[in-house]
Amino acid sequence: MYAYTDFDRDFLAERNAQFRAQVERRIDGSLTEDEFKPLRLMNGLYLQLHAYMLRVAIPYGTLNAGQMRQLATIADRWDKGYGHFTTRQNIQYNWPELRDVPDMLDALGEVGMHAIQTSGNTIRNVTADHFAGAAAEEVADPRPVAELIRQWSTDHPEFQFLPRKFKVAVTGSAQDRAVTAAHDIGLRLVERDGEIGATVLVGGGLGRTPMIGKVLSDFVALPDLLPYLEAVVAVYNLLGRRDNKYKARIKITVHENGIEEIRRLVDEEYIIRRAAFNGADMQLFGKISADFAAPDFVHGAGDYAAQYADDPVFRSFVDTNTAPHRHKDYTILTVSLKAHGATPGDATSDQMRVLAELAESYGHDELRISHEQNVILPHLPKRHLRAVFDALSGAGLATANIGLASDIIACPGMDYCALATARSIPVAQEIATRFEELKLEYEVGPLKIKISGCINACGHHHVGHIGILGLDRAGVENYQITLGGDGGPDAIIGERAGPGFAYDEVVDAIERLVRAYLAIREGADETFLETYKRTGPAPFKATLYPASEKAHAA
Amino acid sequence: MTGAVIVTDAGFAAEDWAGSSVPLGDGLPANAEAVDVAPADDVATLAGHLDRLSLIRVAFPSSADGRGFTLARRLRAMGYRGRLRAAGHVLADQYAMARRAGFDEVEIDADLAARQPWEQWRARADWQAHDYQARLRG
Repeated sequence: MYAYTDFDRDFLAERNAQFRAQVERRIDGSLTEDEFKPLRLMNGLYLQLHAYMLRVAIPYGTLNAGQMRQLATIADRWDKGYGHFTTRQNIQYNWPELRDVPDMLDALGEVGMHAIQTSGNTIRNVTADHFAGAAAEEVADPRPVAELIRQWSTDHPEFQFLPRKFKVAVTGSAQDRAVTAAHDIGLRLVERDGEIGATVLVGGGLGRTPMIGKVLSDFVALPDLLPYLEAVVAVYNLLGRRDNKYKARIKITVHENGIEEIRRLVDEEYIIRRAAFNGADMQLFGKISADFAAPDFVHGAGDYAAQYADDPVFRSFVDTNTAPHRHKDYTILTVSLKAHGATPGDATSDQMRVLAELAESYGHDELRISHEQNVILPHLPKRHLRAVFDALSGAGLATANIGLASDIIACPGMDYCALATARSIPVAQEIATRFEELKLEYEVGPLKIKISGCINACGHHHVGHIGILGLDRAGVENYQITLGGDGGPDAIIGERAGPGFAYDEVVDAIERLVRAYLAIREGADETFLETYKRTGPAPFKATLYPASEKAHAA
Repeated sequence: MTGAVIVTDAGFAAEDWAGSSVPLGDGLPANAEAVDVAPADDVATLAGHLDRLSLIRVAFPSSADGRGFTLARRLRAMGYRGRLRAAGHVLADQYAMARRAGFDEVEIDADLAARQPWEQWRARADWQAHDYQARLRG
């Protein structure tokens, strides 16, 4: 894992001192809230429905045990004993007092973490595949590239006041677990003639105008990557619209100007930008890459085979929550933060400490946070899996539902968020509880349900196999359903099924969709998404809107 | 202090540019020594004229409009070595960004100078320290 250098530490200490002074100026009244706002936003501090909210970056989703413990300590000391992991690999504290925030930032700084650029019209926290460095099928570890981009984008003097926010994601696998096609820039690391480089996608994004990113360049070699990114963002900074915030994201810039014109401008700008780099970035990249060297894997699976064979509960947990690791005696374990009925993505400080302890004792001191709001032990020896399962069971963390109907992404919605138009957490809780009661989700198999509480789509509903969008219709919550979305390598925006549902109708509607799928699938191997692609929306619409189908028939 | 205030690493000062300047949008007269660049202007049209310019003022109509930072970078990349000024609604907290992007100085009005006195700018006058870009560019 990347270890902070003296430079990183000094930078962060200086930055935190600046913010402490700004908070003091706000509290003594010499800064108005209007003047303070851009300053706090640059440091991840939002003003939400009920309180301030501090959004802390977990760059490329990677944490060690000490960092996780510090997140727990911060939750206990300055918040209400829990934190919320988000869809962009951040953790949010929902109840800090303004006067405490500088101390929280200093506490983060002690473990090499920060809240810089987790808000504002700037390059946001760089996200990456949560199985990075561990996945069996990976081409290259995306984290060194993501860390290089973190350093380049942090405090970048040119790009702190862009037309709108700017999100970058990196994957090193053809499976694309980072939803790169839904980012302002998505990077897919590929190998060409023995050299690693990136396929660069631009102009993806969800929100009120969802778009899938387009390929801007097939291959940018790593030494050319920062100047190339700089060219893209510089072109956007000048060309992006500033007259309408809803048309200010680069997806609109690309849509209005065309990908060919954007490519022409970027290629032109790139020549200037390339000349400003002399290879120092690649020397740093070499050091960063060394920090991310794989741990020394230990051979041997111990009694794992017998443990797996003997206990059906353990076997079910393993089958559902693990993924193939690059080393045969290891596995990647995803720990669900989606216990049925719980708030998706929330973890208590005790749970954080349990996860830290397990990472330290068994998992080479590494943890990951996924955009699907779960926690991952990326390097877990199979011989320790049983002990880890037992420890997780004791902490309420052994829910075996990864990738299933109750593994729901949900934004904070009206329970916390100032932008929300509807609740999303309770909808997620009720859907999960329903599937638990029905005992159906194993039979249903892979199903991604994603819920957003407003049109900004933080819950990624557009790329859910079933997406739910909560809106306000004349003061009443109304939930639109989209079908057939996919956040994978061949990303697809889901299609709206029809009129929305009232709050107390939406869980039933989801159950009807799932039962319709079970009735028409061509066997247990055909997933919900595959069935939808085969049949189209008609049978699903028929079950959602039976009355109107009858009306049409009559 | 009345009139414009010029902020540099040394402190606040009065305007010392006595000449006139022309807006780039109108096309550049052959004898122009100073030019005013608006955020939407294409600075590429200044290529070939940069050697004879003594001052380029890049307008910041709003502190939230960051186009001027990219224009400054471009002008420096094109080889402009003369005086480069960010003029308008630039905040003290943006001073380090302006300097790092290639500006020599910031021009603010008396009202902004009164609300954001020199102490607030001086706090960011150490713009050469803690600079990730300098590290990455060697």
